[in-house]
Amino acid sequence: MAVLVIAEHHHGALSDATHKVVTAALKFGGDVDVLVAGENAGTVAPEAAKITGVRKVLKAEGESLRKQTAEAMEALVVPMMAGYDAVFLAATTTGKNIAPRIAAKLDVMQLSEIIGIEDASTFVRPIYAGNAIQTVKSSDAKKVITVRGTAFGAAEMGGSASVEDVAAPAGPFKSEFVSEEMVKSDRPELAGAKRVVSGGRALGSSEKFQEVIFPLADKLGAAVGASRAAVDAGYAPNDYQVGQTGKIVAPELYIAIGISGAIQHLAGMKDSKIIVAINKDEEAPIFQVADYGLVGDLFNIVPELTKSV
Amino acid sequence: MKVLVPVKRVIDYNVKVRVKPDQTGVDLANVKMSMNPFDEISVEEAVRLKEAGVATEIVVVSIGPQQAQETIRTALAMGADRGILIKTDATVEPLAVAKLLARVAEEEKPDLVLVGKQAIDDDSNQTGQMLAALLDWPQGTFAYKVEKDGDALKVTREVDGGLQTVKLTLPAVVTVDLRLNEPRYASLPNIMKAKKKPIDEKAPDAYGVDISPRLTVVKVTEPPARSGGIKVEDVAALVSKLKTAGAV
Ligand SMILES: Cc1cc2nc3c(=O)[nH]c(=O)nc-3n(C[C@H](O)[C@H](O)[C@H](O)COP(=O)(O)OP(=O)(O)OC[C@H]3O[C@@H](n4cnc5c(N)ncnc54)[C@H](O)[C@@H]3O)c2cc1C
Ligand SMILES: Nc1ncnc2c1ncn2[C@@H]1O[C@H](COP(=O)(O)O)[C@@H](O)[C@H]1O
Repeated sequence: MAVLVIAEHHHGALSDATHKVVTAALKFGGDVDVLVAGENAGTVAPEAAKITGVRKVLKAEGESLRKQTAEAMEALVVPMMAGYDAVFLAATTTGKNIAPRIAAKLDVMQLSEIIGIEDASTFVRPIYAGNAIQTVKSSDAKKVITVRGTAFGAAEMGGSASVEDVAAPAGPFKSEFVSEEMVKSDRPELAGAKRVVSGGRALGSSEKFQEVIFPLADKLGAAVGASRAAVDAGYAPNDYQVGQTGKIVAPELYIAIGISGAIQHLAGMKDSKIIVAINKDEEAPIFQVADYGLVGDLFNIVPELTKSV
Repeated sequence: MKVLVPVKRVIDYNVKVRVKPDQTGVDLANVKMSMNPFDEISVEEAVRLKEAGVATEIVVVSIGPQQAQETIRTALAMGADRGILIKTDATVEPLAVAKLLARVAEEEKPDLVLVGKQAIDDDSNQTGQMLAALLDWPQGTFAYKVEKDGDALKVTREVDGGLQTVKLTLPAVVTVDLRLNEPRYASLPNIMKAKKKPIDEKAPDAYGVDISPRLTVVKVTEPPARSGGIKVEDVAALVSKLKTAGAV
C-alpha cells in the first residue's frame, strides 16, 4: 500500500497540521509520501523530508500551483493517484477546498475530518457538530481522507527522505488568485496552540476584546479565539472563530470568557484538556463542560486573573 | 444570470441530537427539521443578486423525502422562482448528491450554483467542491463576499489565517459561509405566493445516477462525556486549581 499526504505550508514553513496528517497516514499503513506543492515548495520540501516514516517527498513548483488553488491541485494530484491507495489532507480550509475535487474525479466518497482509523477501510468521524460519533466502512478502492488535527499527535522528526521533482500542471485554470489579507499575529497559531483564551459576545466591542482578552492571552502565551457572535459583531477577525464551522481546538487549557456555550461553539473546544469558563450567568451551558467555572462579571474577573497568573 | 441553489432538509440547528440506543444512528423521530442554515444563506444571496438585477432566475433543488418539499417552499417564499424535488427516502451521500446536481446543472444551464459550505448533519463539506469537479467548473469555497466582475465572479473566501480573493470564470460553483449575509424571514404574502410557484418532482433514476452508498455505517455512538466540573469562588481559588493541575 502507498499513501500520499498533501502537505500544507504557509510562508515557507510546513504547517503543524501536516505532521499530524502524517501520523494518521502512518497509522493507515503502507509507504507514506508527502507532496509539497506551490510557492516556497523548495524551502518546505527538505523540512517534510525530515519527518520520521516518510518514504519520499514530491516537490511541485510552478506558477499554476502558486496558491494551491483547488483546480490546479486537482490537475496535479488526480493523475498521481494511479500510484496510491489513499490520499490524506488536513481538515483545514486548504484541505477541505481540495480533497472533494480529487474524490469526485476518482469517483470516491470522501471521508471528512476523521478522528480515528480502525483498519484500512474503517474510520471514525464526528457528525452533528460532534454530538455523535460515526464509525464507517468505505467500499471504495481508493480513499480520500481529511484528518482532524486534534485527534492525532505530531509525527516525529528524524527522517531523511529523498526529494523528487514533479511537473506542475499546465494552466491556465478557470480560477485565478487575486489577493489575500492575512491576519498578522505573534501569538501561537490557534489550531495547534497549547493554551487558548477565547472571548464571546459579552466583550461588547473590539476595543474591549483587545483590552481584556489579549493581555491574559499574552501572559499565558496563549492563542486567541472567539465565538461566532464575537466574530460576527466585528470584535475579532473571522480567523479566530472556534466551533463547528470555525477552528477545532484541543489545547491543554481553554478559557472561555463571556461565551454562553452553544453546541456549535462546544463542537470546536470540548476536547480541550482543561476548560475554564467565566460567565455572569450561572446557568450558562458552558459550565456543563467546564472543569472550573467562575460566575461573575468578566470585566472584573479577567484583569484580576491576568494579574495573578 | 441564472442561479441554481441546492437546499437540504436537516435537523434544526437548535435541536440537541440523541444517539439511538441501538447505535444505528441519531433519533430523527418527531424532531424539528429545517433548511440547512448555510442553504438559507445561499438562497438569500441568490435573492439579493436578483434584487440587484444580476440574477434573472433562481431555481432551487432538494434531494430527499417528500417533506423536503417544505424546504423548497421555504426557499420559494424567500424569493426563489421554482423548485425541483428529487424524491428519495434513501440516504444520499455527497458524491451522489453532487452527481445528481451535475445532471440538473446540465439541464438547467445555470451560470452560478450557490451551495452551502456544509450540511450540519453529516458535516461533510464536500458537495459543492465535488459538483465543481464533476462539471469541470471553477469553485469559490467558504464565500464571505461575492461580486460580479464583468464576465467573471470575484469571491472573497474565509480561509485559515484571513481572507483570500479569487476570480472565477462563469459558470462556477460557490459555497457560502456564515458571514456572507443574514437570511431574511419570508413575509406572509410571500409565503402565500410561494404556494403557487411550481415544484417539479423527479426520481433519482430519471437522471441515470446510481445513488447507492459507498460508506456503510458500522455504528453511531455518543461522544465521550466530560465529567462534571466544579465552580470556584474567586480568582484566587481558580489560579490555585490551575496551578495544582499544572495548567499555568
Ligand atoms: C450553522 C451554524 C454554525 C455555527 N457555528 C458556530 C461556530 O463555529 N462557533 C461559534 O462560536 N458559534 C457558532 N454558531 C453560533 C452559535 O449558535 C451561538 O450563537 C454563538 O456561539 C454565541 O456566541 P456567544 O456565546 O459569544 O454569545 P451569547 O450566546 O450571546 O453569550 C454571551 C454570554 O456572555 C455572558 N455575559 C454577558 N455579559 C457578561 C459579563 N459582563 N461577564 C461575564 N459574562 C457575561 C452571558 O451570560 C452569555 O452567556 C453557529 C450557528 C449556526 C446556526
Ligand atoms: N440532499 C441534498 N439536497 C440538496 N442539497 C444538498 C443535499 N446534500 C447536500 N446538499 C448541498 O451541499 C451542501 C454541503 O453539504 P455536505 O457536503 O453534505 O456538507 C449543503 O449545504 C447543500 O447546499
